[in-house]
Amino acid sequence: MPALTVKVKRFDGRKSWWQEYKVDIKSRKISVLDVLLKIKEEQDPTLAVRYSCRMAICGSCGMVINGVPRLACQTLLAEIKDDTITVEPMWNHRVIKDLVVDTEPNFEKLRKVKPYTIRDLKEIYESDREIGQKPEELEKYYNFAYCIECGLCMAACPVVATNPRFLGPMALAAAYRWSADSRDQGWPVRAKIVDTDEGVWSCHLAYTCSAVCPRGVDPGFAIQLVKAALMRRAKKL
Amino acid sequence: MKHDLLIIGSGIAGLRAALQAAYTAKIDIAILSKVQVMRSHSVSAEGGMSAVLYPDKNDSLELHAYDTVKGSDYLADQDAVELLVQMAPIEVRFLERIGVPWSRLPDGRMYQRAFGGMSVPRTTFAADKTGFFIMSTLYQNILRFDNIKQYHEYFVTKLIIENGEFKGVTALDLKTGELKLFLAKAAIIATGGAGRLYRFTTTAHSTTGEMLGLALRSGLALKDMEFVQWHPTALVPSGILVSEAARGEGGYLVNKQGERFMKRYAPQKMELAPRDIVSRAILTEIAEGRGFVHEESGMGYVGLDLRHLGEGVLNQKIPFITELAHKYVGVDPLEELIPVRPAVHYTMGGIHVDTYGRVLAPDGSWVRGLWAAGEAAAVSVHGANRLGSNSLSECSVWGRLTGEAAAKYAMEAPTPATDERYIKAAQGEESRIFDKLLHKETGGISVYELKGRLQDAMEQHFGPFRQGSTMKEGIPKLLKIREDFANVRVEDGGRVYNQNLKDALELDGMIDAALAVAYGALARQESRGAHYRLDYPRRDDENWLKHTVAFFNGGQIQLSYIPVRITKWTKFEERKY
Repeated sequence: MPALTVKVKRFDGRKSWWQEYKVDIKSRKISVLDVLLKIKEEQDPTLAVRYSCRMAICGSCGMVINGVPRLACQTLLAEIKDDTITVEPMWNHRVIKDLVVDTEPNFEKLRKVKPYTIRDLKEIYESDREIGQKPEELEKYYNFAYCIECGLCMAACPVVATNPRFLGPMALAAAYRWSADSRDQGWPVRAKIVDTDEGVWSCHLAYTCSAVCPRGVDPGFAIQLVKAALMRRAKKL
Repeated sequence: MKHDLLIIGSGIAGLRAALQAAYTAKIDIAILSKVQVMRSHSVSAEGGMSAVLYPDKNDSLELHAYDTVKGSDYLADQDAVELLVQMAPIEVRFLERIGVPWSRLPDGRMYQRAFGGMSVPRTTFAADKTGFFIMSTLYQNILRFDNIKQYHEYFVTKLIIENGEFKGVTALDLKTGELKLFLAKAAIIATGGAGRLYRFTTTAHSTTGEMLGLALRSGLALKDMEFVQWHPTALVPSGILVSEAARGEGGYLVNKQGERFMKRYAPQKMELAPRDIVSRAILTEIAEGRGFVHEESGMGYVGLDLRHLGEGVLNQKIPFITELAHKYVGVDPLEELIPVRPAVHYTMGGIHVDTYGRVLAPDGSWVRGLWAAGEAAAVSVHGANRLGSNSLSECSVWGRLTGEAAAKYAMEAPTPATDERYIKAAQGEESRIFDKLLHKETGGISVYELKGRLQDAMEQHFGPFRQGSTMKEGIPKLLKIREDFANVRVEDGGRVYNQNLKDALELDGMIDAALAVAYGALARQESRGAHYRLDYPRRDDENWLKHTVAFFNGGQIQLSYIPVRITKWTKFEERKY
C-alpha cells in the first residue's frame, strides 16, 4: 500500500508551520487518530494531540481534517480515499500546541446557561424520590443530551468566528436540553439568559454546527426551538 | 495552592464525590484531572448500572448481594457488598433527579435489562451509553456549585503523606508545563483502573493506572491486584468494547461451526454467565481451532450474533454497538456476525481501603485525610471477578460516601501550613521531572518502545491463563523494564503541553502497578475468578480465601494477606452457571 502523506499544522507557542510526515499503513480501516499516534510513537514524539477513548465518545480529538471539523478517532482512512491528509487545530479556538486548543471558554459558556436540573435542591440531594419520566417526555430532549462537548460545532460556527461573545451552539443546545426535560423547572431562568444578543438571536441559521456534530446532535434545530418558545412566550418547553 | 478537599480523577466516582462534598459543606473543593474533566474513561461504560429498584417476588437486595458474592468467587468483602446493594437504588434515583436520561418503561419507571451473573434483570441503563450519560450529567451538575474548581489536564506526580496523614500533592499543569504544589486537608483518589498495562484492552488510552504505582511509592498498599478482568467481547482488532448489553438483550456467541459453544461451559446461563467464565470459554474455542482468524492482525475471534434481535432492539436498546460495529469493523449486525475476542477491561484490585473508602496503610491503619473510590480502590465488592454493571453502582455509591465523609472531615481539620518541607518536596519533584527526565542526553530508549515492552510482557506472562513457570520468566522482564526506565528519553524538550514527558511519567507509575499484578499472581497458587492458573486449576478456600496486600519495602514489592470479611454467605459453592 502506498505511503500516506500527513500534513500537520503545528504551533509551538511562538511560531506556526506546516509539517509533512510519511506514514506506512497496512490497512485503511484505521482512524486518523491511529495515524497521528503512529507518528507520535515512531517518528515525532513532540507532536501534541489531545485524545483518550478512541471510540468517539469522550470528545477529546476534535480537529479540522481535510477542511472539515471532525473527530480524528471517528474519521477512518477508508472514508478519506486520498493519500494525503491535512490536519489543523479546531478553528475559533486559541491554539495551545499543535492540534491541542483551549476549549475552556466553551465550558464557561456552558456554565452560563445553567446546564443542570433546576428544582428544589433539597429534594434533589436529600429525598429518595423517583421523579419518573415517560418515554415521550424523554424523546423531547434526548437527541440534545448526546452532546459530548467536543467543541466541533463551535469550530464550525461562522458567528462564533466573528463574535466571541456569542454563547454558541454547544451551550444553546444545552439550554434547550435542560429546559425541555420534564424534571426541570428552570426555563424562566434560562429564557432570560438566551433571549439576548449573545444568546439565540445572533444565530444566522448557517447550520454548520449540525452538519459537523459527530454525535448527530442538531444544535441548529435546538436554537430555533428556543427562538420559537421565546416568540410565543412559552411557560415551559 | 490551597484547597480544603482535593479530588484526584474525574470519572463517575470523582465527580459524584465532588457533588456530594459540595452539597454537604461550604468548603473549597478542587478536582484535578489529567484529562479534561468531562473526558474520563467512565464515558466509555455502555451497558448499565445494577440496582434493585423495584423489589418484588423475583428480586431483592439479598439476591443482588448473593449474585455479587458468588460472582466474586467469594473474595468480595460481604459487608461492603451489602452496603453496595443497599445504596445502589438510592444512587440510581439520585442520578435520576439530577437529570440522567434513563431509558423508560411506558409508565415512566426505569427500564432494567439482564446482565451476566445477575439472577434477574436489574441493570438500569440509558441506551448503551450509560457511562457517558451519567458522566455528562454529573459534569454539568458540577457547574451549579461555585465551591468546586476544576483543574483540567493537571497530572499528579506525587502524593505528600506525612506521619500517616495526607498533606497534599504536586501536579504538572500540562498547558503551561509548570509544576504546582497543592496543599489540602483531605483528598479522594478516584483515578480509575490500569487497563493499558496490557496491549489488547477496551479501556481508553488514558487508563494507565500510574496512580496505583504512585500510591505504592507513597507508602500506601494495593489489594488484590492479580485480579484483572477480561471482557469477553471486544472488537477485533481495535479492542473497542461491545457491551454485555448485546448478550443481555439476547445476543449469541458462536464459533466458526456456527455452534453456540457456551452450552458446553455454562449450560444454564449460556452467554450470560459471568465474564471470567465466558472469556475463558471464548479463548478455549479459539485455542482449540474453532475460532475465526482475523486476516490483517492474525487474531483469533468468535462471532457475536445479533441478527435475530431485529432492527427495533438494535436501534432502541443498543444503538451504540450497532454504530461501533458498522464504523470500526464495517459490519452490519443485522446481516453479519460481529468479530469479538476477550480484552482487558477492569482492574478488580486497587488501593487498599476499608468499607467506607478510607485509605489504609500496609499495617491496616487509616491514612488520615485520605479516601479512594471507584475502580482505583479495592473496597472490595468485586473480589476475584466483577459482575457487569456493578462498577457504575460502585463508583456512584463510593463517590457519594467518600465525598460526604471527606467534606465533613475537611470542615473540622486544620489547614496545612505552607511549610518549608512541602516546598522542598515540590522542588525535589521539579528536579526529578525537569532536570533529570526532561533534559537527558539523547540516545536513550523511547518511551513508547518501553511501554510496548511492558504491555507485551503483561500479555505474554500474566494473561487470562497463567502458569508458575511462565510468570517466573515474566518477572525479570518487568524488572529489566524498571531498570531501563532510568534511560528513557523524552524527546520533546518544551514545557507547553509536553505529552511526551507526561507519557514518561505515566509509564514510570505503570511499571510499579504491573509489578504488583505480577507478584500477586505468581504468589496465589489457586484459581479464583479472573485469576486462572493452569498449574492450580481449582479454587483453594483453605489456603487462599484471603486478600493480597502489596506494598513497597525498601523499593521491593512485599506481599501480606488479610482475611475476607464474611457475614451471611458461608457456603462457598462451586461456581456453576
